[in-house]
Amino acid sequence: MSSAQPPIDSPDISRLTPVLGPGHTYASVTDKISAIVLTRPTSMGWYIGFLLAFGLFSLMSIAIGWLITKGVGIWGINIPIGWGFAIVNFVWWIGIGHAGTLISAILFLLNQKWRTSINRFAEAMTLFAVACAGIFPLIHTGRPWYAFWMFPYPSVMGIWPQFRSPLIWDVFAVSTYGTVSLLFWFVGLIPDLATLRDRAHNKISQVIYGMLAMGWRGSARHWHRYQSAYLLLAGLATPLVLSVHTVVSFDFAIAIVPGWHTTIFPPYFVAGAIYSGFAMVISIAIPLRKAYGLEDFITMRHLDNMAKVMLATGLIVAYGYFFEMFMSLYSGNKFDVFLVHQRLSGPYSHYYFALILCNILIPQLMWFHKMRTNVVVLFLMSIVVNVGMWLERFVIVVISLTRDFMPSAWGRYFPTFWDWATFIGTIGMFITLIFLFVRVLPAISIAEMRELVAETAEEHK
Amino acid sequence: MEHRSHLYGLVGEFVTPEQLIHAVEKVREAGYRRLDAYAPFPVEGLSEAMGFKRNLVPLITLLGGLAGGLGGFGFQYWVNVIAYPLNIGGRPLNSWPAFIPVTFELTILGASLSAVLGMLALNRLPQPHHPVFNAPRFSHASTDRFFICIEARDPKFHLADTARLLQGLHAHHVTEVSDD
Repeated sequence: MSSAQPPIDSPDISRLTPVLGPGHTYASVTDKISAIVLTRPTSMGWYIGFLLAFGLFSLMSIAIGWLITKGVGIWGINIPIGWGFAIVNFVWWIGIGHAGTLISAILFLLNQKWRTSINRFAEAMTLFAVACAGIFPLIHTGRPWYAFWMFPYPSVMGIWPQFRSPLIWDVFAVSTYGTVSLLFWFVGLIPDLATLRDRAHNKISQVIYGMLAMGWRGSARHWHRYQSAYLLLAGLATPLVLSVHTVVSFDFAIAIVPGWHTTIFPPYFVAGAIYSGFAMVISIAIPLRKAYGLEDFITMRHLDNMAKVMLATGLIVAYGYFFEMFMSLYSGNKFDVFLVHQRLSGPYSHYYFALILCNILIPQLMWFHKMRTNVVVLFLMSIVVNVGMWLERFVIVVISLTRDFMPSAWGRYFPTFWDWATFIGTIGMFITLIFLFVRVLPAISIAEMRELVAETAEEHK
Repeated sequence: MEHRSHLYGLVGEFVTPEQLIHAVEKVREAGYRRLDAYAPFPVEGLSEAMGFKRNLVPLITLLGGLAGGLGGFGFQYWVNVIAYPLNIGGRPLNSWPAFIPVTFELTILGASLSAVLGMLALNRLPQPHHPVFNAPRFSHASTDRFFICIEARDPKFHLADTARLLQGLHAHHVTEVSDD
């Protein structure tokens, strides 16, 4: 450790908290992270949390079972509101996933060191969020056992999917996104699985981690190709993540429904996705670092940076809201102008105002360093943003569909118990998966933390 | 069945990545070529010290991406123009702008799958067993120790001389490794 002061504008040395607590070695980061999985006894809190989450997950299973028995009539959807909660929740969940890919791919390409201790669980979050998202369009088809009809395969019926439809684009975008996220996550996990294999004390874990590690031995030849593949995956995942929410926004923008048919949708959806995703990463990171004493690895610097990304994307979203409304009024199209009135004073206007409150007004607190570094405030803010982003999708889907062109075709939408049960159930499923993940796989990339230790040691020379 | 174990090579252990790189450079200067280094994380400069230049992963990824993109577009063209043409309002059957999203997604999918599967195949993984795992302290290679293995197949390999070379480079625990 040298006493020389680094230049104040040096990008690596920040005047803020470092990205890694002091005094860590290769062995100490390895011990600390792998101990959560291998040696630490499972705490009572884990069991309680898991049981609560699993209870909600079971509620989802019941709700879906009942849906398959009775049909989509148990939901509040009806013409003209055929989309309802299923699509609101689908867009919400898929958006949440985007932060994981952003952190793992884009921040990797930008060489941001603070990505290292949060990328693993953010990627896991992406996978679980995509899994939750995938359920909704599937069960919304009404006959999910025919869902494979959406994939092009040579069927005896002699028909093929309609490739000009955004709904088929969605199938390809979401399934590619899920696959690439899984690959990225798994490739990152291989060296850590080898570490767990070498450190596990019982035969069963040795065999399971050993099989998953595929015989990884840390050879220089392997690392050489591994780094090429990882960099390429990051480069591929970056345009992919931007395309996925763009395609999701096409589900709306390609249609002629007022409030949907706008060119601002793709960038505004992508910004919103990253906004809600970072909020979810913060919602997970804060309890995780507390429960497992990981404050040295997920430092205030990480939380502060994530809050800044959230603030920036939140401002893009606010810009989107403003221009969405401005363009509707400026277009002079009477249906678009009418939609603005419906949002501000129609039957669902309280949702719109709640959305503005949650997504634009409250997050402005993040301009203040004090607020960004207050863990409780930040946690609450992340929940508020998640609620706000859910409301945004509700406003887009429901207000436009309840009041389109012909007054004779207007309607109202009332979600039923089963709508809520399915939605809350997927939150249970998400939390259940997070709980299991934290217990069986390293929640922080051990190999990358060792790299960070090496780089930090270099800087202090 | 008669079971004989052959000598696979000599393994030496190092504490820091700098020592590892230094040792790799010296071992290569001494003329050894059949060697490998093992580290718990990708050590900067190790590939250069080992004399690696380019690898095939980027090319495989490019080919996979091209196959995904061209195959994806070609398939949509075939479905919409040849196999199942639907005339909707006289619009062109080959409405290519509408095929771009799926073409893009399949390009990414093809490239990503090839990058990962190509990397694993070139690395000959999965490979459950490798002689170097027989080295007594090799489990530390995935935590905080760095290893060099000089293979017995190397024409310059001589048990005593090679061991002396490794010890001269401050390797700890220089051990013989058998290949079974």
